[in-house]
Amino acid sequence: MSAITNVARASLSKDLRLEWRSKDAINSMLFFALLVVIFSFSFDPTAEESRRIAGGLVWVAFLFAAVVALNQTWARELRNQVLDAYRVSPAPANALFLAKAFGNFIFVIVLETFMTPLFIVFYNLRALGPAYQLLIVSALGTWALVVNGTFFAAMSLRTRSREIMLPLLLFPISIPALLATVEATTAILTGDFSAKFWIVLLAAYNVVFTTACLLLFDTVLNAE
Amino acid sequence: MIRRTFPILGVLTAVLLSYGLYEALIGAPTEQSMGDVQRIFYYHAPSAWTAFLLFGINFVASVVYLIQRSIKADIIALVTAEVGVVFCTVVLVTGPIWARPVWGIWWTWDIRLTSTLVLWLIYVSYLILRRFSSSGQTPLMAAVLAIFGALDVPLVYFSIRFFRTQHPQPVIGGEGSIDPKMLQVALINWAGFLCFACLVCWSRYRLELLQREVEETEALEALLDSRKAQ
Amino acid sequence: MKFLYAAYAATWIIHISYLALLLRRYIRLRNEIQELNQR
Repeated sequence: MSAITNVARASLSKDLRLEWRSKDAINSMLFFALLVVIFSFSFDPTAEESRRIAGGLVWVAFLFAAVVALNQTWARELRNQVLDAYRVSPAPANALFLAKAFGNFIFVIVLETFMTPLFIVFYNLRALGPAYQLLIVSALGTWALVVNGTFFAAMSLRTRSREIMLPLLLFPISIPALLATVEATTAILTGDFSAKFWIVLLAAYNVVFTTACLLLFDTVLNAE
Repeated sequence: MIRRTFPILGVLTAVLLSYGLYEALIGAPTEQSMGDVQRIFYYHAPSAWTAFLLFGINFVASVVYLIQRSIKADIIALVTAEVGVVFCTVVLVTGPIWARPVWGIWWTWDIRLTSTLVLWLIYVSYLILRRFSSSGQTPLMAAVLAIFGALDVPLVYFSIRFFRTQHPQPVIGGEGSIDPKMLQVALINWAGFLCFACLVCWSRYRLELLQREVEETEALEALLDSRKAQ
Repeated sequence: MKFLYAAYAATWIIHISYLALLLRRYIRLRNEIQELNQR
């Protein structure tokens, strides 16, 4: 167990350091700020309406952010043949997966934290329900996307049109998670109904698929 | 024995489907509220049941492949996924055709129709993965995806069901008990479609075997040609 | 009702289209096999 955490931590800190040094992330952030602005031009809702639709809009934007992060998950490894080295090493495959997944998670959360104030300003958002629940929802929702996304990114490595294959595989499977996330967000913003069921569903989704990814990643890694 | 089973199955299919069609259009009683349009049910529901059955078989075959790496399991997975998608498409096309005259709308986030749509999306993505994956590990990747899809199914069902209790929608296919005669007609058609599905799957299986043989032979030929050139 | 017949027709159109697709692949394969046998 400690081997997994050690390897994962080492891999994660390496990734974070590389990201920080390359400053690629800043381009993504500018792009997503632009995305928020464009969305705001398309819709000019009243405060009442915006609370009802903002949930969906916000999460579509976050979904874009997640896909951008996910697409380049394994790019560095592929370029430098790191995966082969990893396969021969005694390090457990799960550690690599967890590191990648956490790295993506952190990246997407940072993007979300950056985009949220922009959305609040442009849509005059104010949560009528319990606002703290939004943190839970975004954490669970982001993890749901990222865990499957990192896994499918590994699966799409040897396919043609890799960048399209990832969202193509990810979105149908993620529909329950996306539905739950959007509904929970809408519930919290409008205060019309309780987000509890959706949060529980998200938690269940995360448990099921995190387990599945951990169990099957070894198979996928060795197959490439 | 195998040579003869195919035509026998073919005749059985034709008989069941013809009888089923007659019963569906004429023999079955007319429904009270919806009228004759309700008869779409006799094609819509059995297609759905067949599709789900096929996807279930795909799941089992994928698990078997993951454990045993048997080629037969992989081909069965591929075949049932393809034919399942065909039947699923039928469900998704007949559903809106049924909904339109009854409620005036083409689509509703009805639990069954929506779940079927998600299932269709998952399996179409499965088929696309199989087509676009260029490594020799396609069967393995596909099997993993099939398992993810299967894990997703209950989550899809519950999420949409709760979504519907919060945003009530019209239900395609009606709820509550069904008239025994109607059930009988539906079952006859289901039997017919099951036999039909067997025939199609069998043919697709043979076709796939043939294709793989040809590909292997061509690969071998290319190898020998290159050796000769040296 | 028009919709009833449309639904039934659509069902069979979908099935027959798939079968036609399979047939086309089969014919193509058969031609390939003939080619291979001639070589």
